[in-house]
Amino acid sequence: MTVSEESNRPNTLSTQPEIDKASDRDGPAAVSRRWLLLKAGVALNGLVGLALAVPVVRYLLAPVRTDSSYKSWVSLGDADGFPVGETRLVSFKNPWTQPWDGQTDNVAAYVRRESASQFTVFAINCAHLGCPVRWFPQSQLFMCPCHGGVYYADGSRASGPPERGLFTYDYKIAGGQLQIDAGQMPTLSNTAKLVNISSPGTNSGKDGDCGCRG
Amino acid sequence: MKQARNRNLKRLYDWFEQRLQVEGPIKEAVLHNVPRNTASWWYVFGSAAFTLLMLQIVTGILLALVYVPSAAEAWNSLNTLNHQVPLGWFLRAVHAWGSNFMVAVVFIHMAQVFLFGAYKFPRELTWTVGVFLLLMTLGMAFTGQVLRFDQDAYWGLGIGVFILSRVPWMGGGLVHLLLGGPTIAGATLSRFFALHVFVIPGTLLFLALVHVWMVVKLGINEWPMPGRLVRKSTYIAEYDQLTHEDGIPFVPGAFWKDLIFSAAVLAAVGVCAAVFGPSGPGGQPDPSITQTVPKPDFPFLWIYAVLSYLPPSMETPFILIAPILMIAGLLAVPFVASEGEKSWHRRPVAVLALATVAVGWGVFTHLAMSTPWSPHMSAWSGDTLPVEYLREATPLVRQGAVIFQAKQCRNCHSIGGLGGERGPTLDAVATRMTPDQMRYKVVTGGGNMPAYGKNLSPAEIEALVSFLETLHPKGEAPAFDASQQAVQSNAAPAPAGGSSTP
Repeated sequence: MTVSEESNRPNTLSTQPEIDKASDRDGPAAVSRRWLLLKAGVALNGLVGLALAVPVVRYLLAPVRTDSSYKSWVSLGDADGFPVGETRLVSFKNPWTQPWDGQTDNVAAYVRRESASQFTVFAINCAHLGCPVRWFPQSQLFMCPCHGGVYYADGSRASGPPERGLFTYDYKIAGGQLQIDAGQMPTLSNTAKLVNISSPGTNSGKDGDCGCRG
Repeated sequence: MKQARNRNLKRLYDWFEQRLQVEGPIKEAVLHNVPRNTASWWYVFGSAAFTLLMLQIVTGILLALVYVPSAAEAWNSLNTLNHQVPLGWFLRAVHAWGSNFMVAVVFIHMAQVFLFGAYKFPRELTWTVGVFLLLMTLGMAFTGQVLRFDQDAYWGLGIGVFILSRVPWMGGGLVHLLLGGPTIAGATLSRFFALHVFVIPGTLLFLALVHVWMVVKLGINEWPMPGRLVRKSTYIAEYDQLTHEDGIPFVPGAFWKDLIFSAAVLAAVGVCAAVFGPSGPGGQPDPSITQTVPKPDFPFLWIYAVLSYLPPSMETPFILIAPILMIAGLLAVPFVASEGEKSWHRRPVAVLALATVAVGWGVFTHLAMSTPWSPHMSAWSGDTLPVEYLREATPLVRQGAVIFQAKQCRNCHSIGGLGGERGPTLDAVATRMTPDQMRYKVVTGGGNMPAYGKNLSPAEIEALVSFLETLHPKGEAPAFDASQQAVQSNAAPAPAGGSSTP
């Protein structure tokens, strides 16, 4: 399209002259009044926007709550169902759940019964990046399939990239039932106390490795 | 007759044009001159990335017709797509392969732009927007992996959660915000659906249009020539002169190559989709199923590898600081070097940096595909021992071989080419370690080896070590402790059939 064609093109509604006239009529005072009104309009929108943003932010932050508000005591079954000296895989329904969670509300844990009255309940999540560790009763080791983290039977770190032992749940025996305080995916931010890595081959610091209870 | 029809069409066209008034801007964009030598096959990646974005939007909408964004139903609806909806599997495959291609093409585009110095004045902002487009493309790949709500998606997101949880002070809050609750569950999938379908693609499309707008307004980067320096004071005039003296209209001069390459990429996506099929869904997203070996999708494999090689003490600082540095580095590129040479012939540091990144990425991705750091979870129960290792073996050695399997040693140590690669392969371990050294290592562990002292009885350790002692090539003697032999030969002057000198 050439320039001449372009100028021949039917133009938008020709309001140009009226605008000119209007601006002639407007002195600086009238103009500054219009700018003031515009600023008032912007300020009003800002105010209303802010007022609307407060509930929006509150809505968005709804899931951010204290860990304890998500947790509650869950039964893992009869305490006598766990033989002394053995580690068993158990699963339970997450206490914090929605009807549309599907299978994701199945949570697994390892229960180790050390003595008649003493248990340790491990989260299955590797302390490195949360992959599910597997228990090998033959070698008494937990192994992680992701980056090769390995833990001893007591949950302390044996080798690999984890910087601490397995996470544990608080437990209690109530009415013969083994109960754990669950409901939260264990991560370094909620169950963690960063501990020194025990030097390989020594037993020192193993208890500290797993000092995640309480 | 024909004339009358043409006249009617023209009138219809004019009716719309009078109201829309888009002919001018479109003609200007399409017919503007670009430097002749930019009509090159090197300049086709940006348009291909845009084409793939369109493909992803179209196939994404088509998948959304069937997909159910609910944690309880997503996995089932994907299987319905795969097996019951006619060609549902193909649509899923095109979307998945389109994603792989898009990530790849965006990276190639970025590498080419970097190599050609195209980010220099006045195209700094085009590059900056491009960096955000890259991040959003990766964001789409990650959120898309979560929508394929299977075991890999679940545990892959778990890895993301663990990374996020390392943020000081607010890690826990960020995790809750990402997951929509305390665990990966229904709320999590809903918000990843919102991210993958509304938030990220909306922003991505908007920024892509801004990106293209700037390319049209600022012109396509001229072919870099050694010695032709970019100066802010003169560049615009030089570029105008170049496009006038040695320019061709973008359409058709350069655009035909874009069209052909885009078609080729789309065809490649289609062929890959038809041949290799959709990705997953894998196992059900049931976290109580521990029989799983999670692995992230292709674009994130390199991170997976890096995370396994970091020493534990470095991990948190690296995870939290490295991404910020990487993004800041990318954003800084056009402002650090907004003037000067564009040609790769005169930019050795840039070429070296690009090569380092490319090789590093390739190596880590390759490593992540073989995962030599992961135990092979079923090696102990599934891998066979070579027969010749047990031929003429004593009962004690055989018992040691059984212990070797049963105690999961094989999960980390390979023998006869089978087994884990986490620890050293043991086919010739007897040539490297004496029996005492083996005993010590088995009992106390060390390095990356767990200590087995509490888990093996002395008899089991003896059997295991006597098996390991037999692992040496024929004709190569096992390692021995010279001092011990000397002591023994002094104590018993005539060892029956023993070696003559220690």
